[in-house]
Amino acid sequence: MTGMKQLKITHHLPYGLMMAYSAGNMPEAFNLTIATHIAMCDECRAQLGSMDAVGGALLEDVDTVQVSDESFEQTLARITAIEAEPQEPVAPLNSDVPSPLADYIGGSLKDVRWRSIGMGVKQAILETDGKATARLLYIPAGTSVPDHGHRGTELTLVLRGAFSDETDRFGPGDIEVANEDLNHTPVADISGDCICLAATDAPLKFNSLIPRLAQRFLRI
Amino acid sequence: MARIAGSKDQAAFAELFRHFAPRVKAFLMKGGTEAQMAEECTQEVLATVWTKAHSFDPSRASVATWIFTIARNRKIDMVRRQRRPEPEELTWGPEQEPQAEDVMAMQQESARLKTALGTLPDKQRDLVEKAYFGDLSHSEIAETTGLPLGTIKSRIRLALERLRHDMR
Repeated sequence: MTGMKQLKITHHLPYGLMMAYSAGNMPEAFNLTIATHIAMCDECRAQLGSMDAVGGALLEDVDTVQVSDESFEQTLARITAIEAEPQEPVAPLNSDVPSPLADYIGGSLKDVRWRSIGMGVKQAILETDGKATARLLYIPAGTSVPDHGHRGTELTLVLRGAFSDETDRFGPGDIEVANEDLNHTPVADISGDCICLAATDAPLKFNSLIPRLAQRFLRI
Repeated sequence: MARIAGSKDQAAFAELFRHFAPRVKAFLMKGGTEAQMAEECTQEVLATVWTKAHSFDPSRASVATWIFTIARNRKIDMVRRQRRPEPEELTWGPEQEPQAEDVMAMQQESARLKTALGTLPDKQRDLVEKAYFGDLSHSEIAETTGLPLGTIKSRIRLALERLRHDMR
């Protein structure tokens, strides 16, 4: 996608999440949200590079283990096999979202099949492994998501528009990290509808009854 | 690495294989992968190094770092059978390439980081290893702060800016 590098991103990924992503031990839904933020944010791309460099240094330093005698020949055979595969022309997905996300929604935001979760708010759950859930949220201008707390970690990445909660305002490219300590009521800016990518590793804790009753049907 | 990417030099690849294959296998086994799977995964990683050599950017990563990222992704794919979403790769077009001074600076920063990791107090070094061999949650990893990553990050940032400039 174009134009993303001009984004004024003020809320970045925290250290621990970034290193866990670099080390490769996060659930897929988190990886997706983190990868999409990094695609929009060169500051975090550089930060990731520095953490990957830690992985590289550890790789250099590790006590070696002998590979099998045929290892090199077998690797060459694998290369021959890879190079014999027909080269699929890589059609760049023409999308209005960064490529990691485009792969999951099969194109653009207009292709997303939204389902209403009440108060005009809509969601679309994305297919990832079961350890965490990724969803797109569509919050109409001026609308709020019901007041809720968190049992685990929730990452919310703004794709379009902006929202504000008790902590700050979040615009395109910004990512909010919420955990057990935060209760919030995100409200979309009045100037336009807000679309977010959110990942959670535990169900949210809604503070009023109606959303609480609805949530088991909504997997939120 | 340049000989592999540029002229598909098999002798250079054999040399790189001898250095990195035993390290990649050890790295995978330290993370809990059993030997046979680690062997297969290692072969896949080194095969990818050969076929993707053209996309390696020495102004943004050392060879070891690049191979680490391939090994990590292969492991997630083969051992954990999980998809790994990644930001799109930013690569130099056929007309442009990274500047020699950036490549040199990256080599120096990588060496400096390696030395710094070697001189960490045992407890902190232990924590970093645990983070990369898969034992820590992201909130536990947050405790490993204090690693000297600022300078290498600035170098990568600079290299990214040059790349972005040339992509326009």
